[in-house]
Amino acid sequence: MISNKETIAQLAKEGKRIDGRGLMDYRQPIQLETNISWTAEGSAKVQIGETVVMAGVKLAIEKPYNDTSDQGGIMINAELLPLSSPEYESGPPGIKAIELARVTDRGIREAKAIDMKKLCITPGEKAWFVIIDIVTINDAGNLFDAASLAALTALKAAKFPEVDPETGAINYKKKTDQGLPLLKEPLAVTIYKINGQLIVDPTTQEEHSYDARLTVASDEKGTISALQKGGELPLTIEEVGKMVDIALEKAKFLRAEVDKVVK
Amino acid sequence: MSNILKKEREVVIPGECLAEGMDYLPGDNTYREGEKIFSKVLGLVGVAGRVMKITPLSGPYLPRTGDKIIAKVFDITMSGWRFQTNTAYSAMMNVKDASSRFIKRDEDLSQILSIGDYAVVKITKVTSQNLIDLTMKEPGMHKISGGRLVKINSQKVPRIIGKQGSMISLIKEKTGCNITVGQNGIVWIKGEADKELLAEKAVKMIQERSHEAGLTDKMEKFLSGGASQ
Repeated sequence: MISNKETIAQLAKEGKRIDGRGLMDYRQPIQLETNISWTAEGSAKVQIGETVVMAGVKLAIEKPYNDTSDQGGIMINAELLPLSSPEYESGPPGIKAIELARVTDRGIREAKAIDMKKLCITPGEKAWFVIIDIVTINDAGNLFDAASLAALTALKAAKFPEVDPETGAINYKKKTDQGLPLLKEPLAVTIYKINGQLIVDPTTQEEHSYDARLTVASDEKGTISALQKGGELPLTIEEVGKMVDIALEKAKFLRAEVDKVVK
Repeated sequence: MSNILKKEREVVIPGECLAEGMDYLPGDNTYREGEKIFSKVLGLVGVAGRVMKITPLSGPYLPRTGDKIIAKVFDITMSGWRFQTNTAYSAMMNVKDASSRFIKRDEDLSQILSIGDYAVVKITKVTSQNLIDLTMKEPGMHKISGGRLVKINSQKVPRIIGKQGSMISLIKEKTGCNITVGQNGIVWIKGEADKELLAEKAVKMIQERSHEAGLTDKMEKFLSGGASQ
């Protein structure tokens, strides 16, 4: 794996990037597609440049947790498929896959994006659980943003399956018109710091050369729901402030892309 | 009764029959089974007299004696450096092959090449067990500093270089960059930042469109105008 670390750091100092993009530019094309899988209740495929991520939403009826007996639940799992990058191997999820799943999960969970109480059918007995699976098809950098974008798009596109009123069995082959009770629409934007400069949407090479990164999840009103810091070097308070500002602005831009495909 | 089943420059897949009869001979990347000649790889058919051969379109780099490659240091041992060569096998460079000057016995080898460094090196020997020996002593061999490295399909290296180096010297001339193409598919480009990018795009473009005819003219247009994508 070639990383061109020194050149990337040198170019960053001059305000340039190795692929000629501006520091705040996302790669093109940004493409979103919904309903790519008919077995999932909601699904989405997201492409940012050469990065491709798919997300699927499954809905299942289960017994609520004891401490939240009047609420449903949410589970997010991410898998870095070996086909998406030479760095990934099959087997149990590694630290990168777990971080990706947890950052995406926290963005949605802590924003209280889904009205959990509405997912409850019978308190203490039955509630809907939302299970989101994220798989990477091609990792050309910036999986955090792509995964968050795919998860939100899939959530917005999801429709409840039909439930037999007598037996209570779910008929996954038939979908109703009813979508998930979404209160907010959180999206994560990750800002990377390389040699003192802040950039968005890194390529794989840039992901090998960063000093620090911050993932900021925010909803459509600009309320921050989650933060995740990564990388070996620290960030100053001013930098965190700048990063949040960039994240809110870029989230608006990405949200416009989501609104193009799902209302 | 012998006849050729495929035309010159036709794309074939492994196992496709190229010719029938004993009048034709199997050349590079082909094999004979019974009276028929089949392709071993995905590639373009070439007919040279009675010999059927295939120019591969994909596949790994296989190390050969005399090749100039760009390799990465991943280990320093008592007697030299070990390199990753973009093949399945690692290579070894002895201390005596690193420099024409005298290297003292207790010298720190990482001062010359440290782990993670890339260097332009030449393969001096490949054994039957695929142990590769390298040298950095010959002219044009050096440690790489600055610039950018680009990985391409090693089967496209001859196209990047062109006939008598026509393509590579065109890119060098138009961008003013220093370019070294390793036979193992790693290309080193050094120049001004935006020119480096243009050269990288040009190299990637040749890789994608290597099967097209008159590519040198198209590249000249691309590098001059920058518009003909």
